[in-house]
Formats: sequence, C-alpha cells, structure tokens
Amino acid sequence: MNSGLETRGSVIRGVGIGRATTVGPVLRMPEPVADPVDVPSEREAAEEFARATASLTATAAQLRERGEKAGGTAAEVLDALAMMAEDPALAADVQHRTQDGATAEFAIHAAMATFRDMLVGMGGYLGERAGDLDDVARRAIAHLQGRPAPGIPQSATPFVLVARDLAPADTATLDLDLVLALVTTDGGPTSHTAILAREKGITAVVGAAEAEGLRDGDLVLVDAENGTVELDPPQERIDLALQRTATLEAIRAQSSGPGRLADGRAVPLLANIGSVDSAREAAARGAEGVGLFRTEVLFLGAETAPSVADQAATYREVFAQFPGQKVVVRVLDAGADKPLAFLTDSGEENPALGRRGLRALAAHENVLRDQLTALAQAANDSDALVQVMAPMVSTAAEAQYFRDLAHELGIAVAGVMVEVPSCAIMADHVARNADFMSIGTNDLTQYVFAADRLLGTVAAFQNPWHPAVLRLIEIVGTAGAKHDAPVGICGEAAADPLLAVVLVGLGATSLSMSSSAIADVRAELALHTLDDARRLAALAVSAESAEAARRAVLDAPTTRP
Amino acid sequence: MAERTLAVASAHGLHARPAALFVKAVTDSGLVVELQKGERKINAASILGVVSLGIEHGDDVTLRVEGEGADAVLESLAGFLEKDHDA
Repeated sequence: MNSGLETRGSVIRGVGIGRATTVGPVLRMPEPVADPVDVPSEREAAEEFARATASLTATAAQLRERGEKAGGTAAEVLDALAMMAEDPALAADVQHRTQDGATAEFAIHAAMATFRDMLVGMGGYLGERAGDLDDVARRAIAHLQGRPAPGIPQSATPFVLVARDLAPADTATLDLDLVLALVTTDGGPTSHTAILAREKGITAVVGAAEAEGLRDGDLVLVDAENGTVELDPPQERIDLALQRTATLEAIRAQSSGPGRLADGRAVPLLANIGSVDSAREAAARGAEGVGLFRTEVLFLGAETAPSVADQAATYREVFAQFPGQKVVVRVLDAGADKPLAFLTDSGEENPALGRRGLRALAAHENVLRDQLTALAQAANDSDALVQVMAPMVSTAAEAQYFRDLAHELGIAVAGVMVEVPSCAIMADHVARNADFMSIGTNDLTQYVFAADRLLGTVAAFQNPWHPAVLRLIEIVGTAGAKHDAPVGICGEAAADPLLAVVLVGLGATSLSMSSSAIADVRAELALHTLDDARRLAALAVSAESAEAARRAVLDAPTTRP
Repeated sequence: MAERTLAVASAHGLHARPAALFVKAVTDSGLVVELQKGERKINAASILGVVSLGIEHGDDVTLRVEGEGADAVLESLAGFLEKDHDA
C-alpha cells in the first residue's frame, strides 16, 4: 500500500492515554458518508434505477454476511436491516424518484428518509431503531460511490484502528479483542475515544492530526506514554518498546493493596462509577472506595425524579459493594450535556454556563432534599462511609448552603466539587464551608480555557497538564492543607499515572479514576516520595505549556523506573 | 383469493423481530399477500410497510392472499399472527 507519510520512522504526535506501547498494522475507519445533494441525474432514469437496485442488493448481501459472522441476536438485527435494503416499498419509492430525474444516491437517501421520519413519528421502540435506516442508506450510497462501508472496519486479524474520533455508537460495535490500539486525528483526552480507551485499558493516542496520512496496512508503533505514533519503526525500537511494556506489566502485576507513596504515605485510590455494575467492577479491581458516584446516570431519560424509596434502593446496592470504605456521592449534576427534564431549563443559549449542577438543584430544592434524604436512608442501612458533594459550586456561600442542607438531612460529611475557576481561586474561603473539596479536572479545564470540552475544534485546550490548570489545583491543595479539608481529584487527570504524581505534589490527598487505571497509578505512586512529587509539581507548574510541563516531568531525573 | 380478519397476538404487536419473521414467511410463500389495518393496505412482503402500520397487540388486521395454494398460505400466515412471538 502507498503511504501518505513519506519517511520511514517518521513520528506523529498526539496525546497518549495510558502507558503501554503496541505495534500493529493500520486499519482506517472509513470517512463518514455525506448526505447526497439533489442534483439532476445525467443518466437515463432506467440506468439510475438499475444502479440503485444493484447497490441495495449488494448492501443487503453485505449485511447478511456480517450477520452470519456475528451470529446470535446480531445476526437477526442485521438480517432485518438487509430486508429493509431489499424492501419492495422502498424500491418503488426509489424508482419513482429516479423517474423524476433524481440520481440513485439521492433517490435512496430521500426514500429512506421518508421511511425514517415515519418511524420516528411512531415513537417508542421503532423510533429508536430509525437510525438503522440511515445506516442502510449510507452503506448503499458508499457502495454506489465505490467507497468502503461506513462503520468499524471488518478484519479477522488484530489491527490499530485509525479514526477521526469514535462516536458512542461505534464503540458499541468495537471488537476489543481485535483492536491493538486506537489512534484519532481529532478529539482530546476527554473525547469518547479517550474515555473508552481508559475504561477498557486500550493503548491510545488521540488528537494526532498527522495520523490523517496513515494508510491501511501501514505498520505503526503506538506509544501512549510518549503520545507518539511511529510509522515503520525499526526492529530495535519495537523490541525496546515491547520490553518496556513487559516491565510495566510486571510492575502492575506486583502492585496491590492500598495506594501509597515510596515513603509510605497513603494516597487512597478510589473509583469513578455511575451504576451498580461499575461499582461491582471497581470493587473487583481493588478500588479503596468511590471518589465520584455520578448519580445523574440513574436519572437520565426520566420525566420526573424517581421516588425517595426507589433512589434509596439503588444507592443501597452500590453502597453494599464497599463495606467500611468511603463512597463519595455527587448529587445530581444536570444541565449542559446531561439535561434532565425535571431540573434543566430548556432553551438556555449557553447551557454550560447556565443554571446547571447545584444552581439547578437550589432552584428545585425539593429534588435535592429528596435525593439527600434517600442517600441518608441508604447510608444508615449500609456499612459504607457515605459522603456527599455538590457539582458546579461557584462561591463559598453555595458551599455553605449545601453543607447546611446535607447536615440537616442527616449526612455528616458534605463537600464541594471544584470545577468553576472562581471556586478554586477562593478555595481558602470555600474550604471553611466544606468538609472536603474534590477537583473535577475535566470541567475545570473547560472553564479555565473557555473551550467546550466536547467540541473537537477546540479539543487541544482540554489538557489538564497545562500549568493554568495545575496552578488552580495548587491553590486548592494549599487551602485544603491550611483548613484541614481533604482534597480529592476526580477527573480524567487522576488516571494519568505521571500526572497523578504531580497532583499529589500539588496537595491532592486522594485520587479517583476509572477503575481500570488504578493498577497503573498505584505502581507509579509507589516510585515517588512526597518530596519527589512536590519537586515534580514545581517543575510542571512553572512550565510554559502543557507539553512543556509533561516533558519537564518526564525528563526529570529519578522519576523513571 | 383467500381472506381472513384476526387479532394480532404478539405482546408488543408486529414490531421489529416478529415483523421481520412475518415478512420472511410472506416472501418465502412466493405469493402476493396484502395486509390491511383500518383503511390502510400494504404489500406484506415489505417490512417497512408492515412496521408502518404500527400494529399493536390485539389490533384487528385483514390478510388477503392471491395465487395458487392461497388457502394453505393464508392458514400458515394467520397461524403466525395468532401466536405470541414475544413470549
């Protein structure tokens, strides 16, 4: 295959997720198929219709073939999709449109859209499956244009998947046994791809724009620790990388028990969870408790808030996984990308800066009271050490409001999340009104840089290594120590082993992360004393950029195994 | 032409999987089959047509089969619709 990148051994840079290194052949995710435009056909109507029929037949065959490979329920679903591609009513509509002068592409697109809109109008289960019709149409259009079918590429052997970014729907159909590594050209450390990679422990480099030049079959070495993708690496480089990965795995396998520094100082390693299932997984992976229990996941899609009894039942199941351990529950964080019908004002121009988090709860205090009451009941029935925290706190007064309400309703330990820069800057006052502080690095970074964390075009800003973020964390760490308020970290930053050391150096007293990252973070912390961590933190804080901060810490002596 | 009106038995009506199975049975028969709910009649070999009728559990529908062996095909398709495929 021809490569778009010329030189052997050329290095592409991005943001690495995890620490491992993997070597393998590239398979590219096909470019999304753009909706065809309605231009008059230059062919005879009969010829256009024949093209359309041929592509729909081929699409049906493709879908059936995939179904036969997948078997089970997937086979049934794919067979139903194949029937849609071959549907006589669809064919009649397509024929009608080609007779009116449409191209095969547009006729299929428009005919399928008619049926999709009808299904959407019917709502319920069928409405939810309406997207399947778009998928069938895109496959047929890709076939007409002689392009590969959209979606995760099919392969019998393991590969390095190169994509723009993965959508949640793509990740659902990803066969993790075949994916050696993920490389994306767009998206930052909080993109869906990065979150998936962290959760599943897949080697990934995200936001590597030059990976655009990689072609199917190119051999690449993906080095997550250094955030690089090397094309056609020399053999000695491959050997060295695999050896280092083996060393890391050995360290990881040996590390167990509670998180601690080389000098024995404890740094509890907690898990971020959103469901009873993830609570079980976290407990199995040796989490020392939960640092962030996202309760809004239980409420998504609900028209009204669940009853106190229903909420308490779910909370009990989660708490039961962590007897004698800390579980920090974040009360409902509705708004922005997670709207809830009963809390969120619709029609805000700028929901990320709107009435979200604690602001929304304070405006609907009955919802907050019910949730705290349910949490207090469930906590009473369990052996877990339950604490609560409020999202999107901006002022010391808000911290005080939340703590007073939690204490009134029977929860003894109530803290705040530090995500809004004003809260970090005023941390010495906030600390006096909160039993603890927990820094949400994802939102803190988004607000410090005024850059939407879900928007690909500004993803480069979303890097918690940036000294602008680290300096705010340092303010919070210092305030916490002065006022005896524990300082936790519960953003993706805590899952980056080296950054975790820096965060401890800045004053973090516990770290909460996807449970899959715990083993790596535990292994890294064990290599550093608190003095060492403080020294590394000082290097990072005084750097000029995120890259310079990371480089300074990576290059500092005595920090690498 | 053979014709029969009956109530659909599947608990979730004629959606998704039962609809696909039904359409498969229709196309396998090789005959022209019409399905009617209320005023709307559709070609029963079209899965999009079948689901567009929005048939729920207990809805009355009419089946019409034309061609050689229509009675036997009607018997078998009616039997399909009168069975609960979501059970």
